[in-house]
Amino acid sequence: MHLILFIIFAGFCLAGAINLLLQTHPINSALSLIVVMTSLAVLYLLLGAEFLAAAQIIVYSGAIMVLFTFVVMLLNAGREERTLGSRAALSVGFPSVVAILAVLSTIIIRAQGLGVARLGEGLTNDPEKSNMFQVSRVLFHELLLPFEVTSILILIAILGAVAIASPGHGYTGDDGERISHK
Amino acid sequence: MSSFAQEVPLSWYLLLSSVLFSLGVVGFLIKRNLITVFMSIELMLNAVNLSFVTFAHEWHAVKGQIFVFFVMMVAAAEAAVGLAIIIAVFRARATLSVDRINLMKL
Amino acid sequence: MNVHLHLWLIPLLPFVGFLLNGILGARLPRWLVTVIGLVAPLVSFVVVANAARSFFGLGSALVSIPYIETCPFSWISIGTLHVDFSFVLDQLSLVMLLVVTGVGFLIHIYSVGYMLGDRGFARYFAYLNLFLFFMTLLVLAGNTLLMFVGWEGVGLASYLLIGFWYQKDSAASAGKKAFIVNRIGDFGFLIGIFLLIGNFGTLTFAEIGAKLSANPAWQGGILTVIALCLLLGATGKSAQLPLYIWLPDAMEGPTPVSALIHAATMVTAGVYMIARTHVLFDHAPFALGVVAVVGAATAIFAATIGLVQNDIKRVLAYSTISQLGYMFLGCGVAAYSAAVFHLVTHAFFKALLFLAAGSVIHAVGGEQDMRKMGGLRKHLPVTFWTMTTAVLAIAGFPPLAGFFSKDAILFAAFQQGPSGMLLWFVGLVTALLTSLYMFRLWYMTFMGESRSPEVHPHESPWSMLAPLLILALLSICGGWIGIERFSQFLMPSTGARLAESATPHLELYLTAAAVAVALLGWLIADRLYRQKPELPAQLANTVPGAYKLLANKYYVDEIYGATIVKPLLGFSRYMLGWVVDVAILGGIAWLLGGTALLTGAILQRWQSGNLRSYAAWLALGAAAILLFMTAPSMLGAAGVNIHLNWMGR
Repeated sequence: MHLILFIIFAGFCLAGAINLLLQTHPINSALSLIVVMTSLAVLYLLLGAEFLAAAQIIVYSGAIMVLFTFVVMLLNAGREERTLGSRAALSVGFPSVVAILAVLSTIIIRAQGLGVARLGEGLTNDPEKSNMFQVSRVLFHELLLPFEVTSILILIAILGAVAIASPGHGYTGDDGERISHK
Repeated sequence: MSSFAQEVPLSWYLLLSSVLFSLGVVGFLIKRNLITVFMSIELMLNAVNLSFVTFAHEWHAVKGQIFVFFVMMVAAAEAAVGLAIIIAVFRARATLSVDRINLMKL
Repeated sequence: MNVHLHLWLIPLLPFVGFLLNGILGARLPRWLVTVIGLVAPLVSFVVVANAARSFFGLGSALVSIPYIETCPFSWISIGTLHVDFSFVLDQLSLVMLLVVTGVGFLIHIYSVGYMLGDRGFARYFAYLNLFLFFMTLLVLAGNTLLMFVGWEGVGLASYLLIGFWYQKDSAASAGKKAFIVNRIGDFGFLIGIFLLIGNFGTLTFAEIGAKLSANPAWQGGILTVIALCLLLGATGKSAQLPLYIWLPDAMEGPTPVSALIHAATMVTAGVYMIARTHVLFDHAPFALGVVAVVGAATAIFAATIGLVQNDIKRVLAYSTISQLGYMFLGCGVAAYSAAVFHLVTHAFFKALLFLAAGSVIHAVGGEQDMRKMGGLRKHLPVTFWTMTTAVLAIAGFPPLAGFFSKDAILFAAFQQGPSGMLLWFVGLVTALLTSLYMFRLWYMTFMGESRSPEVHPHESPWSMLAPLLILALLSICGGWIGIERFSQFLMPSTGARLAESATPHLELYLTAAAVAVALLGWLIADRLYRQKPELPAQLANTVPGAYKLLANKYYVDEIYGATIVKPLLGFSRYMLGWVVDVAILGGIAWLLGGTALLTGAILQRWQSGNLRSYAAWLALGAAAILLFMTAPSMLGAAGVNIHLNWMGR
């Protein structure tokens, strides 16, 4: 059961990622990414991270990807054109990616002592042993300060985003005039 | 149910994570639209999240999941700010093509 | 009781005089400069005289001989080699110092009158004192290294003084020539010092002497090499073949300088050095033979050139070279005390000759060509009589000083077997030539009628005449001490070996021969330059080739110039001018600049502004870090085990 679930949703992940690469219109890429995010949430569930699964769906697919979609539609970004590429990207980048993948895979495959994930592992009726309880205990006891600081960080980020994206702010462009989107 | 179907080796999760990461890097390299590039970055982040959760499961350490939580928070903030910047860049250059935005040229 | 002779005062005062006159001299009044300049040699002379008193047993104080003063600071102390600043006063250095400071003081007095009108008055006395400082250092030195310091220093002072009137091209070139030729000799000296360190482990004269005396069987071989190297240094400083070429040109300097440095003191440093290291030469008979041959050859060589020179100072210069050859001959036959004796007497009459010549030049308003002189006897009586004394002395007429010393050398040479007799004969011929050219000078300058009637010569001031008189006195009675007592006195320091004559009348015969030869020279000169003045020109016409050869100094300068100087100059221009300057240094500069530019150009292309290439390089960096960090385990997977003491692996 676990295995089948893993295979299905891992497949969705991969399919979504590859589709992100293959699509030319950004909106399609965004939608593929939503698929990836959601599949990942399921995978988190399979790994016993219930809270994170929920957070993934709410925050990532529900907020961040929506934000991406908004921006795509706001800017009316069209299909990608073929422009001058960068030779460096191809000649230097691809081998690096291959190298990264190879190294990681080798290490992972050769690693000993990695265990297995079992379906339903860690499910208890005891509230004090549940994942939710543990997460919240760490979050609100040991790491309370980072938690609060993170919320301030987000506040600042929002303020910054508003400041940057507001119409009054902006670069005046090469010819000295405000350029608005076409 | 055979235990075969009930167990998934954790190395598979890690493999999936590395593959997703590599795909993210590839997308970062070959995509021409600025927003798509940014999405590839998000993909990379998610891959890393997956590996964190895997190891949290391996060692029964909740701190791994906590870290993922924080990554998510920071990714959210980053996405907000990054997209705001993209809007500002679009306003200035009227293009979202990565190759046209080369004002940092020496 | 032990008395302190305060030897350190002897070099110190001239040095202080140099500093004062050199730094402040231009601003001080002339009389003060004179006082500073004269005080130094005077006090040095007094100290030396005081030391002499103790040496001769006069006075109540006794000193141990040799008297050694060492500076408390050690100079060089490396491994087993210890070199100190030590002054040694023994009989040899005492004699030398008496000459240096005594004659030096007289010449300082003379200079006051001679250089009175010169703009560089203070500079002159500063340099003169500097010379005195280095010369006394050289004489007092207790080891070869300190002597070398003095050696180089007198070379420097000589350069400064030869080129004193530096605005004259010829003077500046002469100074350079002297210094460079001396340098070649110094090179030999230096090699000798290195070999001494290598073979003896010490540079102190006493220790070297002791080592050699304790080992009488050690002869030849490396000792010959050392001795020959030292000889090279001596030929440079004492103007012997083949390094004599600087001395005639050195006459560009003021005449008192020629008298002091190039007659009495500096050029005798070579002889002094050989006498000092005589133990070494005694153990290297071949080198000693070379010394004798060099001396004899130089003596006759220079005498022949001096015969046809027309500049009065040039004649005296070649005469100096010739007489120095005599001293080398004396050393070469191991008659060191005879050589030193001749050194002393030569200092007297040669200095007198130069000073008198200076007086003559001063009187005729700067003219130095003898062909334009004549009949000065009437106008310059004091100069005339003192110069006559000197001429008689150098020609070897008894009972003046030169007779005793020259005779001693010739006698010692004769004793050395058949080769010695040959050397004696060369010396005899040279004596003839010496007498001839000196009387030629005498006749051309003083006798007959004046060949430049428009000049009105006047006698020199007393500041110039007084030293002449004193030196004349010394030339007369300087030799009366006799060679036997002189060598007796010097024995402890020079191991003077005065052989007994086989036949008691041999010495008498040789002496008679020498005097006869001197008379013969005078007679010939009389005939050629007084009775029949047209005869020399006729003689010259009959053998024009030989005459030209002599008049042009055997073209030695030209030969050296063509074979050594020009190739060296050309080679150095090529090597340094092109190879080093343009090719190497220029090449390096071009390379560095080019590399920087090239690197810059390459790196500049990296900053393309292209986001994707930046991304690619980022990926590369990440991959690299990843590889680097997992390398050990990756290689371990491949079977290669690398243990890194890093990150706890």
